[in-house]
Amino acid sequence: MPMKSTLSRRRFLTSTTAAFGATALMPFGANMARAADGLTVGFIYVGPKDDYGYNQAHAEGAAAIKAMAGVTVIEEENVPESTDVANTMESMINFDGASLLFPTSFGYYDPFIKELAPKNPEVRFEHCGGLWGEGDPANAGSYFGYIGKGQYLNGIVAGHMTKTKKIGFVAAKPIPQVLNNINSFLLGARAVDPTITCQVIFTGEWSLAVKEAEATNALADQGADVITCHVDGPKVVVETAAARGCYVCGYHANQSALAPDLYLTGAEWNWAQVYTDMVTKYMAGETIPNFVRGGLADGFIKMSPLGPAVTEAAAAQFEAVKAEILKGGFAVIKGPLKDNKGNVIAAEGEAFAEDDIKLESMDYLVEGVIGSTS
Amino acid sequence: MTTDPGLWAVPIAVLGGAIRVSTPFLFVSLGECLTERSGRINLGLEGTLILGAMSGYGLSYLTGSATVGVLGAALVGLVYGLLHGWLCRFKGVNDIAVGISMMLLGMGIAFYFGKPFIQPTAPRLPSIPFGWWSDSPQLQAALQVNVLFLIGIALAVFLAWMLRSTRIGLTIRVVGDSTQSARALAIRPDRVRLWATAAGGALAGIGGAYLSLYYPGSWNEGISSGQGLMAVALVIFARWNPINCLWAALLFGGAGALGPALQSVGISEGYYLFYAAPYVLTLGILIATSSTERAVIGAPGELNITK
Repeated sequence: MPMKSTLSRRRFLTSTTAAFGATALMPFGANMARAADGLTVGFIYVGPKDDYGYNQAHAEGAAAIKAMAGVTVIEEENVPESTDVANTMESMINFDGASLLFPTSFGYYDPFIKELAPKNPEVRFEHCGGLWGEGDPANAGSYFGYIGKGQYLNGIVAGHMTKTKKIGFVAAKPIPQVLNNINSFLLGARAVDPTITCQVIFTGEWSLAVKEAEATNALADQGADVITCHVDGPKVVVETAAARGCYVCGYHANQSALAPDLYLTGAEWNWAQVYTDMVTKYMAGETIPNFVRGGLADGFIKMSPLGPAVTEAAAAQFEAVKAEILKGGFAVIKGPLKDNKGNVIAAEGEAFAEDDIKLESMDYLVEGVIGSTS
Repeated sequence: MTTDPGLWAVPIAVLGGAIRVSTPFLFVSLGECLTERSGRINLGLEGTLILGAMSGYGLSYLTGSATVGVLGAALVGLVYGLLHGWLCRFKGVNDIAVGISMMLLGMGIAFYFGKPFIQPTAPRLPSIPFGWWSDSPQLQAALQVNVLFLIGIALAVFLAWMLRSTRIGLTIRVVGDSTQSARALAIRPDRVRLWATAAGGALAGIGGAYLSLYYPGSWNEGISSGQGLMAVALVIFARWNPINCLWAALLFGGAGALGPALQSVGISEGYYLFYAAPYVLTLGILIATSSTERAVIGAPGELNITK
């Protein structure tokens, strides 16, 4: 449909309203709209918002905003990372009068948000994934959470619960955030027992149900008895692993309902708090910083309640390390540490805390992870 | 105490993958094989597969019985196939174009009605443990066989026999090879094609139910990821022979398990290439068996793509 993109709804509307001399349809600017009839916030998801995963975590955040007074939330799901998202954003701005947008998928930012933001200076674009850099539009911003700490805590529990000393990780793509999660999961387990290894299998896609099931089965075949993942919707991995009798650590959202007996804990996003804070700030007329990050202590992430199988020793160390992390400055990647090819990652005494920007260009798997990044 | 199978894990995983993953390929390609033997192409089976997955899961959740889910998926596939067959009766209607639009329509319908079923957990189909004789947990897991897989194998043999040796099979083949001859024999080609398409749709629906009710065993919008389309292509690869459809489906199922299995034993460099293995293999076999001198062997004469 190439015709569609040449005449966007926004441009069509601009020209027609100009022709009729009627400007009533156009949004007046965020402040007036906010004062007049509350704030309209738009959420855009790349997949279904009840996927037990990435999108559900965001939708739970959106649901928290819905409860705020004077806020209207509009949502659209299954929006591909293509011109579709540009069309969705334009119609949210022009037809629904949204002045704050949360396009939540990584691929929405460049070029779609970057192109649209300067054309709509009265609208605020908040993108999840942390891509905003100097020189990008001032009315765009990015936010992300240090969820690797959550996988570290998953690893602590996994380290106590594994009998085979082998844990497994189903990963989508070898990008820094995924690699950080894999490394953190293993290092957590190694904090319990340094002989533990972690097998990783990459599926190559964010959502590929059959391959995720095959990967989980392959891990179980190799003797991994605690499995976690980083894919968009962990439902298939959790259910397949539980069917094989493996313990499961969750990711993105709480999946304990899918494997009540074998679910240990999980690293969850806590977007409800993050979004509530942002919207409160925005409605008060304050500016949201362009670059927002946070971890466990800032309430950006949270852990699922410990499952019934977790032993007392595991729970004790979990709570102790969690308290340690909440104090701040906790480093998972610290020396002496090598990658699984033998290169030195961190020398003795060297440590990278969670907000270290170096971690965001991670391209290695640490010693003890079986797998490769390409 | 677990035994470490070492490199044996790869063939075991490929075997397990062939058993687990092949069933949807098998059902869709058998259905398409039947339809194409009657001289019509139904490219919409990807849509039917997804509709079957959704309706099977939904019905299983609502009624509490996975069997009802499978039967319901077959019925939905049948009706959807009838619609395709009925549309194609009209003069000037192209079956390929109808198929593509019905594929997209089927996905749309399934996504729309499937929304409430993404979260709930429905009763699944049970499996038969054929690995009881082995004390290797890997082999036991690989030999967990679902009854639909066995039905699929039986069906492949039955369809081959039916097409070769029965009156119905002969009728389907005549219609597929020459509309004129069929008319001369007082056979109504449209009616035969209508029911061949409907039966093909029902099989694809069952394939979908297998996806959502057994393996991977959940309904979401990305459950099929193009398996229905691949299965339609497998029919050409299998030269319109149901038994070959079985081998092709097993090959694709097994090859799909190769990537994860190799990574799990530590051969992890270049996994994107392993994932492309089934397609490279298909290309290779097609090239090896192709000829510039004769038409595609086994192709029904009335088929839109071979005419």
